[in-house]
Amino acid sequence: MPSEEPAGYLGKAQKTLEKAKVQIGDRISIQTLDNTFEGIVIPRAEIGADDQHIVLKLDSGYNVGIHVDRIQQLKHLQSGKIIEPELPAVPRKTKKGLPWVSILSTGGTIASRVDYHTGAVNPALSADDLYTVVPELGDLANIRADVLFSEFSENLTPNHWTTIAKQTAKHLEESEGVVIAHGTDTMGYTAAALSFALQNLPRPVILTGSQRSSDRPSSDAALNLMGAVITAYQAPFAEVVVAMHRSPDDTKIALHPGTQVRKCHTSRRDAFLTINADLLGEVSDGKVHMLVDDSAYRHRNSKRKLTLQPEFDTKVALLKTTPGMTGDLIDSLIDRGYHGIVLEGTGLGHAPASLLKAIERTQEEQIPIIMTSQCIWGRVQMRVYRTGVELVQRGVISAEDMIAETAYVKLMWILAQTRDINEVQTRMRANLVGEITECSKRSQYEEMSHL
Amino acid sequence: MTKIDYEKVGALIGIEVHQQLDTRTKLFCSCPTKIREDDPEFTFIRRLRPTQSELGEVDPAALFEFQRGRVHIYENYDDSICLVEQDEEPPHLLDEEAVDFALEISLLMNSQPVDEIQIMRKLVIDGSNTTGFQRSVVVAFGGSIDVNGFTVPIQTIGVEEDAARKIRENGSQTYWRLDRLGIPLIEVATAPVMKTPQQVLDTALRIGQIFRVTGKVKRGLGTIRQDINVSVKGGAIIEIKGVQKLNLIGQVVEYEVQRQLQLLKIRDELKERGVRSGQIKSMAHDVTSLFEKSSSKVIQSALKRKEGVYALVLPGFAGMVGREVQPGRRLGSELADYAKFWGGVQGLFHTDELPNYGITSVEVTALQKYLKAQDVDAIIIVAATETASKEALKAVADRARQALKCVPDETRGPLIDGTTRYSRPRPGAARMYPETDVAPVAVTQERLERIRQGLPELPEEKLQKFREEYHLSDELAGIMIRSLRIDLFEHIITQHPELAVTVAAALESTWRNLEREGVDVEGIPEEQIALLFDRLAADQFAKEAIEELLIWLAQHPEKTVDDAVVDLGLGVISHSELKGIIDQIVKANAAMVAERGERAVGPLMGLVMKEVRGRADGKLVNKLLQDAVKTQMKS
Ligand SMILES: [Zn+2]
Repeated sequence: MPSEEPAGYLGKAQKTLEKAKVQIGDRISIQTLDNTFEGIVIPRAEIGADDQHIVLKLDSGYNVGIHVDRIQQLKHLQSGKIIEPELPAVPRKTKKGLPWVSILSTGGTIASRVDYHTGAVNPALSADDLYTVVPELGDLANIRADVLFSEFSENLTPNHWTTIAKQTAKHLEESEGVVIAHGTDTMGYTAAALSFALQNLPRPVILTGSQRSSDRPSSDAALNLMGAVITAYQAPFAEVVVAMHRSPDDTKIALHPGTQVRKCHTSRRDAFLTINADLLGEVSDGKVHMLVDDSAYRHRNSKRKLTLQPEFDTKVALLKTTPGMTGDLIDSLIDRGYHGIVLEGTGLGHAPASLLKAIERTQEEQIPIIMTSQCIWGRVQMRVYRTGVELVQRGVISAEDMIAETAYVKLMWILAQTRDINEVQTRMRANLVGEITECSKRSQYEEMSHL
Repeated sequence: MTKIDYEKVGALIGIEVHQQLDTRTKLFCSCPTKIREDDPEFTFIRRLRPTQSELGEVDPAALFEFQRGRVHIYENYDDSICLVEQDEEPPHLLDEEAVDFALEISLLMNSQPVDEIQIMRKLVIDGSNTTGFQRSVVVAFGGSIDVNGFTVPIQTIGVEEDAARKIRENGSQTYWRLDRLGIPLIEVATAPVMKTPQQVLDTALRIGQIFRVTGKVKRGLGTIRQDINVSVKGGAIIEIKGVQKLNLIGQVVEYEVQRQLQLLKIRDELKERGVRSGQIKSMAHDVTSLFEKSSSKVIQSALKRKEGVYALVLPGFAGMVGREVQPGRRLGSELADYAKFWGGVQGLFHTDELPNYGITSVEVTALQKYLKAQDVDAIIIVAATETASKEALKAVADRARQALKCVPDETRGPLIDGTTRYSRPRPGAARMYPETDVAPVAVTQERLERIRQGLPELPEEKLQKFREEYHLSDELAGIMIRSLRIDLFEHIITQHPELAVTVAAALESTWRNLEREGVDVEGIPEEQIALLFDRLAADQFAKEAIEELLIWLAQHPEKTVDDAVVDLGLGVISHSELKGIIDQIVKANAAMVAERGERAVGPLMGLVMKEVRGRADGKLVNKLLQDAVKTQMKS
């Protein structure tokens, strides 16, 4: 897209372009000592680019970088046309008999188009856009689309969770289910947050995203999105779930319980795993197949009245204990007025003795401190070894088999309602929305680790 | 067909030569560049969605495949294929070794390297790339090569990732193996300036020769592939992709020029007949009832599957559909290619070839009557499901309309005899966009200088060296320069310069004789061949044993030269032992010596060598034999 400043160009390269009054999208010719290039000036890559080269897209389609010091002559040939990456979205009429599903976008690129000139990926967010990019959606449901914000998921804050929760509650009144398109990095946190904020759900809420961006033919986005939409109107449950690829295959979408799901791989399509619980179900061949008993989930019931409690206390920290760690970090959190701390301890829920003094201070200051385990799988049991017992004696609360991220979100949610240390302790240890299970089953670890 | 006057028909031909590099790792990950034939360890399933271009276009062939439910099954090995090939991890950095190689070739061809290499994605959605695109870079522009005195300009030199290997197709499933995906390919594209098949072949040979002098390319079938683009005056630029055998190049060019000329002739004749595009209706008629009792096997089995027979009229096409455009291929074959590709049918019948194939003249007449077709019209028949038949006949009608205009723009694939088959429509302006996962790579002057310092000698410089330093005959030196094993040859002779002639003879004439006899010499590990000459240099056996050793090694690819020497009972015999054997043979043939005198040496030589072949040097045997004969004559 043409813009006032040559996008991404810095230093020397920027000056060269400015001096010649060249903007992104303009057609220019550059003569060097041994060659002449003619092409369109395209934006500089954001990552790994220096300030020494100007990039042209040649008529062959290839891009070439030309060093500014080697330029003998730069000629402006033609001003850039505005390249509209927008596709003519085909407006689609409501189809009678098809269920209504809401798709709320928060960011990420679940549906997008690539601008082939620059490589920029532009999100496709309106309902018409979505039908155009994933035409199959039109045969599944009538889509009500809403753009909440456009953020990378690593930039989302508890305030964003609050907005998502409120908007989801609104859409749940009219749609059979709500799909939330979300970047994958913190999708697990948001899923947990919505599980606490939206209780007594009448209909399902499904978070989905993509591990391969949707501009590429091999993207997992379309299948994930379709799986999520199918779940929204078809699933028998009224739960918050994460819908992502179950394996590297483009065949099955896994439905993970919202409080027990974690991104466990940086790049694979099946990065999300259910931790310390059973996978709820999967979507294949256009159908939702449940993998747990009827009694293991809340059933869909459009008459049920939703309880909305969307506030979170942001003064909570999640700390990982490490060998050699001292009490400094905890002391500093106390000094800075934090309201609660979640520790990711080692093994069964241990912390080095060097932290004991700082932990005693949290007890004095009535700051709740929760113990989870960096093992990820398994249950915190602090009564087995003396270290654990000493922590319990200093008021450390066991998170049981809750994953650290969920314990963090849960503590934020509870502290937004009460600061009473006893009340916090009681609620943290109670299973509110399925975040804590009573039995640890053998299959919940083996199955996952041998996928 | 008559001989083609290439000058007159205005043939212009260009080639792109793609050659696999023998780098340590693949282009965007650290996996080995190794092809595997053992059973794959696991597979995964993917679908590729056609993405839209900025103009809202979708590649029609890709969309078509997607809608048909095409599924790709990728075969893997956990120890030699990583998540990058599986499209489960972003690409790593562009492999430096491959870039260096491309820069080296650029300098050898006087091409100008770019200042900064930009990594591009080229959309390819047939499943051959797990990502749905091929990563490709241009490293240099311009330059030229000299082909027997003719200057062929180079357009671009680039590097790209090789695609996955298609293993088989099973209905809507395509099986691909990921071993080849990501192996660096160098791509050299010439300008379309060649005018004859011979020039094209010579240019391909020359480019291959320059690749090989660097010693960093893979060898064997499938490691080098050429795309050839051919046009004639008034025709179209047709790209024939993936010609693997050099000796097919000339044939492919000749047949393609012939095809375009024939298609233009057909067009002119159709025009003369007054056939207009509007007359060709994409209307498929259900004619199943006319063929219910047909004895055609194709139709019978279709009807058994509850499918039907459908027909399309091509007004004014009688006699044209059966017209040959390439040896053994008619306009009807071109129509059939479209029917197969777009309709997924097995093939078609046309009235220019009927009655035949179990279809009787009575049936043909009934068909013509039913469709109200005239004698000047051709009728196309397919037997398949209604949907497939309609798609197929629609494609046939489209192709027939194109026959009235020009040669259609196509990408074609070579068949075994050098004729070609439609493989897909030619993509419009190549849809390329930047690979944002990999940072661009600056080509510094220091880097170019370093590569310039280490440039290999060009073939002609080598030729001189082979002749003057290594005393190869003109003929043998010439053969060696073109040899696929030139780098192995050079490796061996730097260790054993005195063996140069022996090594060259072994790697070329002996080698090719053995290949002709069906000995799998290609399968012998290179280090064993190098070791063979080490042992020869150390006098562990005589050079006469080389052929026998190569045969043994080909039969025992997992064993060593030393094993072979033991097993074959080779090993040089001592001087006195040799003398003993010779004396014995001379004595046994005393009568012959008495009769012929010194002329007995010739026949006796044969007898001795039979006994000691491979264990004694022929020259030495000859000398000792002469002595022995002389002694015998005296006694
Ligand atoms: Zn790899």
